[in-house]
Parts: sequence; C-alpha cells; structure tokens
Amino acid sequence: MSTTTAFDIDSIRSDFDILDQNINGKPLVYLDSAASAQKPNQVLDAINHYYRHDNANVHRGAHTLGDRATADFESARDCVREYINAASRKEIIWTKGTTEAINLIANGLSQSLAPGDEIIVSRMEHHANIVPWQMAAERTGAVIRVWDINAAGELCLDQLQDLLNEKTKILAITHVSNVLGTINPVKDIVKQAKAAGVISVIDGAQAVPHFQVDVQALDCDFYVFSSHKLFGPTGIGVVYGKEKRLEALPPYQGGGEMIERVSFEGTTYNELPYKFEAGTPAISEAVGLKAAIEYLGNIDRAAMEAHEQGLYQLALARVSEVPGMRLIGTAQHKVPVMSFLIEGLHPSDIGTLLDQQGIAIRTGHHCAMPLMQHYDVPGTARASFAFYNTEADVNRLFDGLIKIQKMFV
Amino acid sequence: MSLPALNEFKASPFGTETTVADILETFEFLDDWEERYSYIIDLGKSLPAFPESEKQEKNYVHGCQSQVWLIHQVDPDDGKIYLMIDSDAIIVKGLAAVVLTILNAKTSAEIMATDIESLFDKLDLIRHISATRGNGLRAMIELIKAIAAEN
Repeated sequence: MSTTTAFDIDSIRSDFDILDQNINGKPLVYLDSAASAQKPNQVLDAINHYYRHDNANVHRGAHTLGDRATADFESARDCVREYINAASRKEIIWTKGTTEAINLIANGLSQSLAPGDEIIVSRMEHHANIVPWQMAAERTGAVIRVWDINAAGELCLDQLQDLLNEKTKILAITHVSNVLGTINPVKDIVKQAKAAGVISVIDGAQAVPHFQVDVQALDCDFYVFSSHKLFGPTGIGVVYGKEKRLEALPPYQGGGEMIERVSFEGTTYNELPYKFEAGTPAISEAVGLKAAIEYLGNIDRAAMEAHEQGLYQLALARVSEVPGMRLIGTAQHKVPVMSFLIEGLHPSDIGTLLDQQGIAIRTGHHCAMPLMQHYDVPGTARASFAFYNTEADVNRLFDGLIKIQKMFV
Repeated sequence: MSLPALNEFKASPFGTETTVADILETFEFLDDWEERYSYIIDLGKSLPAFPESEKQEKNYVHGCQSQVWLIHQVDPDDGKIYLMIDSDAIIVKGLAAVVLTILNAKTSAEIMATDIESLFDKLDLIRHISATRGNGLRAMIELIKAIAAEN
C-alpha cells in the first residue's frame, strides 16, 4: 500500500462525487452509511478500467485478457488478506456479501451438529446472524442459546461463562452492532470460546468500515464482512476462516471452479479457496473492493477514527436540544452510529421529514427484530456517520430534528 | 368482536365533506414542504378514532416501516364502501386521510375508475405511493382496490 497522508476532509469529499448533489432542493447529507456506504471515485474508476481494458473470465488461462483478469481478481484476494492480516490467501473466500458468508459457514458447520448441541448468538444480532443458525438448528436438532445485553446495549459479559458448556459448539456474534453501534470485546470473547472448544464466527460487517481488524490477533475461527459497507461495490463479500476450519468444511455450492475433476463415478473438489467459489465469481466487484481498501490505506486511520468520533461527540452534545429525543444504545465503546426515538414521532415520520430536508437516515427495525423487542420499540431512526461526513452534516441533522419536533407539537 | 356500526363509518368526513378539491385547493396555498407536511400531520390527527379491538392481524396491512390497519363496511342500500384506517406513524395517517378523501364512501365501480396515481402526482406526493417506498401506503391502496373488486 502506498504512503499515508494526513486526514483532509475537503480532499476526501472531492473523491465522492455522489455527495455533491441536491436532494429536495437541499445539499445531500448522507447519514446511512451503515446500510450501504458511498464509493470513492477511485473505486468507480477501477471498475471502469477493468471493464474497458481487462475483462475476461478468470482461471481459464488461454489468453492475455484472461491472464490479466485473473491477476486483477487474485490480487484483490491478496489485498483483503493483507488488510485483515489473515495468515494465508487460502483463508479468503469470496461470497456475495456478509449474509451469504454466514450462510456458507452455518451450512457447512451444521453437518457436524447433533441434536442438543448449542449455538450461542447474542440479542443484538442482525437477522443475517440469527436466521442461518436457526435453519441449521432446525435441520440438526441443535438449540439456539441467546446471550443477553444490558440497558446500554452491551453484551452481559459475565453471562458467557454460564452459557458455555460441553454442548456448546458455535458462538456467533457481531463485532459491532448495526443498530446500537456497540463494539464488542471480541478478542476476549473468542479467547473464552476457544478455551471451551467452541468455534467462533464473527460478523464484521459494521466493524471494518470504522477500524482496522486483525483476524490473527482476534484469533477467531471465522470473520465475515461485505464490500459495500467498506466503500466498495455491492455483490461481493468475504469469509475469512482459519485454514484448518475451512479444510474441514464441506463445499457450499457445486459447479464449475470449485472442482478438481468431475466424472459420473465421482467428483473431487478443488483446493482452498476455490472449493467454496462455484461458478464465475464477481470479478469487477473484487477489483472495486481492492480499490476501496487501497483508498483506505492512503488515509491516516487514526486521524479518520478521531474524525468519526469527533462527529459522534458533536452529535451527542446536541441530543438535549431536541425535546423528547432518546438514544437507543449508549455503550461505552461505540462506532459513530446513533439510533434514536423522538417522543410522539414514529421513526418513519422522522425519516420522511428529514428526507424533505435532503438528509438520508435509516428508519425501521434494521433487520434486528429481537433487539427491537428487547427495547420494546417498533423501530428506531438511525443516523450513521462515515469518515466523509462533516460537522456541518451533524448540525444539519440536529437543526432538521429540532424543526421536525416542532411540527408535531 | 364485531366491526363498528355502519353509522360510525359514515361519520368520517373524508371523501364526503372533505373532498379531493378541498385538499388540492389547500395544497395550492402551501408553498413549502414544512407547511405541506404540517397540513398532512393535521389531516392525520383528524382521522376518526380507530377501534383498538380491530388492531389485529386480519386487519393489518403489511408494509415495511409502520403499522397500518384497515377495516371496511359496505352500505347494502347503495353499495358504497366505507373505510377506516389507522397507523402508528402520523405522516402515514395523514397520507391515509388523503387516500380516504379520494376513495372513501365510493362504490366499487367508482374506486376502480379512480386514477389515484395522477391525484397523488398533482399533490406532489407520488413518491409516497411508489413501489420503492416501504411505508405500506401502496399496500393500503392495493387492498382497497381488492375490496372494491370483491364488492
């Protein structure tokens, strides 16, 4: 990766053409990056360049374009390996995204589950880290055990030792909550799981956009994330798995690419990572993701995190200006995600009226219905900040909320 | 639990006293989004009370973000369909009031013949009933059309 430069917000914003537009007559304020982040021009250029110059199918080897496409595609895998510090490129598997990544793991691990085996998931999980495990439990007779959270939206850490027992086989938790913004102490959790002989699966979708992740330091068995929340294209995501875990996992889908030899007498599977990559992969998306990671590599990450935390602190400082505003998720360690309610307003009312002012937020249950039930709310409004947001964006949000609140009085 | 009496349905001003012309006229006087949406909020607040006992699964309109309930009665004398709607989101209630102004107290044939899209377009509210907005309003309109088709 190339040299790191200082954090210059104006220069960064000039890399995101999409942010420079009016919505409903007002300059766009994009505060929905936790749903899908915007992509810098460098990502768009990389995809464009790939299709204009290098496009062909990969791993076919008969011509120059095929060689170039394969080199581009496989260098993206190397780039991801380096980014999350995996031990080997064999440990990086492409998927469509986080959801498919968890399905791949749950499907594979379910083959070794027996009736009565236990899978721990937390109450703050996204549906993508609940439903695949429920499906695995349904197929095998395994049982889902739910790890509770406290009022602030933090895992009840002292519960883990009670949850872990000889029947526990898998622990699937999120690194960062998409609703609450809570950063879970994954390293310590994995350590306890490992000591109990439990396989750990970490949903990193909301973590990787905000801070550097080192999978070897975390020591987790699996770590998954999506490109589109990491400022890359939609349609591609990653399973990181320790090599021995991936070797033990059966293939997910059958087809081309994932085989070594096929005959009607029997088929042998390809080696890692290709064993899990049936069919023509998302090549241009891998190229785009690589460009996104390289883009992040050129930003001073410590300054970027400080900038994001600065935005969140400014937001926190303005909450009291909005009568009836209540935060959902007040953990000590958070990424800049703010879920909230305003008394007398439905989250959808807030979303509609902010959109009128050019401000994009997410409203609803955020694919985390069990968490909504826990807080006994129909949903929340959620403003999520990325490094390309500014203090002016935060102020526009709060000026907008104050205006809206008055309309309902 | 039985539905409210037909008289209670008929007490709603939307589509009877309050007409589409009234709403269009009011909208013309309102020149910014704040005034327009304040008016929609007022419309939402003025919807006749919806019986709590009818907020159950069979009357639930499946939207994405807010909860919407819809019940109806048909007047056996003239075949007019009377509707009541509620939502936990006030803007959705206000937009439901607009829908009711257009479709309430009409016969099946009148409902089927109404071009609700063009009316919402005139009110500059078309985005709220587009297929991409998961607010349940489109589902609400589809349900009213389905009720009309059955009666």
